[in-house]
Amino acid sequence: MPEAPAGTLYRGREGMWSWLAHRVTGFAIFFFLLVHVLDTALVRVSPEAYNAVIGTYKNPVMGLGEAGLVAAVVYHAFNGIRITLIDFWSKGTRYQRVMLWIVIGLFVVTMAGFLPRHLGNVFGGH
Amino acid sequence: MSTEIAPETGSAEQAPGGAPVREPQAAAVASGRGERPDDGSFDVTLRIRRYLPEKDATAYWEEFTVRANRTDRLLDALHTVKWEIDGSLTFRRSCAHGICGSDAMRINGRNRLACKALLKDLDPAKPITVEPIKGLPVVKDLVVDMEPFFASYREVMPFLITGGNTPSAERRQSPEDRARYDDTTKCILCAACTSSCPVFWNDGQYFGPAAIVNAHRFIFDSRDEGGAQRLEILNDKEGVWRCRTIFNCTEACPRGIEVTKAIQEVKRAMITRAF
Ligand code: SF4
Ligand code: FES
Repeated sequence: MPEAPAGTLYRGREGMWSWLAHRVTGFAIFFFLLVHVLDTALVRVSPEAYNAVIGTYKNPVMGLGEAGLVAAVVYHAFNGIRITLIDFWSKGTRYQRVMLWIVIGLFVVTMAGFLPRHLGNVFGGH
Repeated sequence: MSTEIAPETGSAEQAPGGAPVREPQAAAVASGRGERPDDGSFDVTLRIRRYLPEKDATAYWEEFTVRANRTDRLLDALHTVKWEIDGSLTFRRSCAHGICGSDAMRINGRNRLACKALLKDLDPAKPITVEPIKGLPVVKDLVVDMEPFFASYREVMPFLITGGNTPSAERRQSPEDRARYDDTTKCILCAACTSSCPVFWNDGQYFGPAAIVNAHRFIFDSRDEGGAQRLEILNDKEGVWRCRTIFNCTEACPRGIEVTKAIQEVKRAMITRAF
């Protein structure tokens, strides 16, 4: 196989980027869940250790991480509905692009509702 | 990066007669030296990904600048390069009219037929990148080994399967039944769809959109009796379920086939037949 120099990136459109974002958010959520299962399991080992770990979640960096996690879950959920419609609704493939814009719209609205409250909690004390 | 010197750099001094200009003889005479009559022709640079295994083990980019007309397609520019600048440039083409499916290539990052891509639509002010289609082994320059692609095509049995006695007249079909699979009859097996699919790039075993399109053409044909068998073939780990509805195939198909729609219909047919 020829190595360098690299070829160009395939210029896919909305469908390809939405798929990529779905993958990335899916992996992010999966790894969070993995960590979350582990830290929750810690309560059985030692409640003190559990409290110490959960305490670190109050850190603003973790707060931003939580915002990212919610963003990932929200996108993954709405786009998941879009994919389900593409799978089961006979006209779904024809409207996939419109549905992606609806997903992005719902995402923006949801995040606009959530972020101010959440960031207020993270940075503005309790 | 090995940058070979492009034989022509397309400067304004270039004599109009020396360049591949194919304008009518009656074109207005240029008013001064170095000026061209305004026939709408323009210089265009092709940035071609080349691979000449007998000379160099690695692929490299090479640029060629040619003179093109408003009505020229990328294929015409490739011909100019091959016929007038560098005869070693290798690509497939046969009909030159979008019907044989020989010249699918990646043009400015997207799979297109060179013979259907008008230069003026490709933003000729910037160099136009031309690469072989992805996911199939490159043999030379823009030519790839299509065999894995055709192997998948053969596997779905793309021919009419019937039982019983052959009728003495034609096999009749209502216009509605014919319309059911009309879209997928248009395929020219150019592989633009299959080689635009990220799933196929990562897993060459995947049947790919084109094979599914051609299975769809028979699965939904009321005269065919091999549907169940074909669904069985595609109900494979490397079959339709690999499709992640990325839509690159639909966007790439030069025949305007709704490829993803056809794949989804095959998936749904599998589900409804299973229950
Ligand atoms: S479905 Fe379209 S893109 Fe795919 S092989 Fe057939 S004509 Fe080419
Ligand atoms: S050369 Fe036949 S399809 Fe382009």
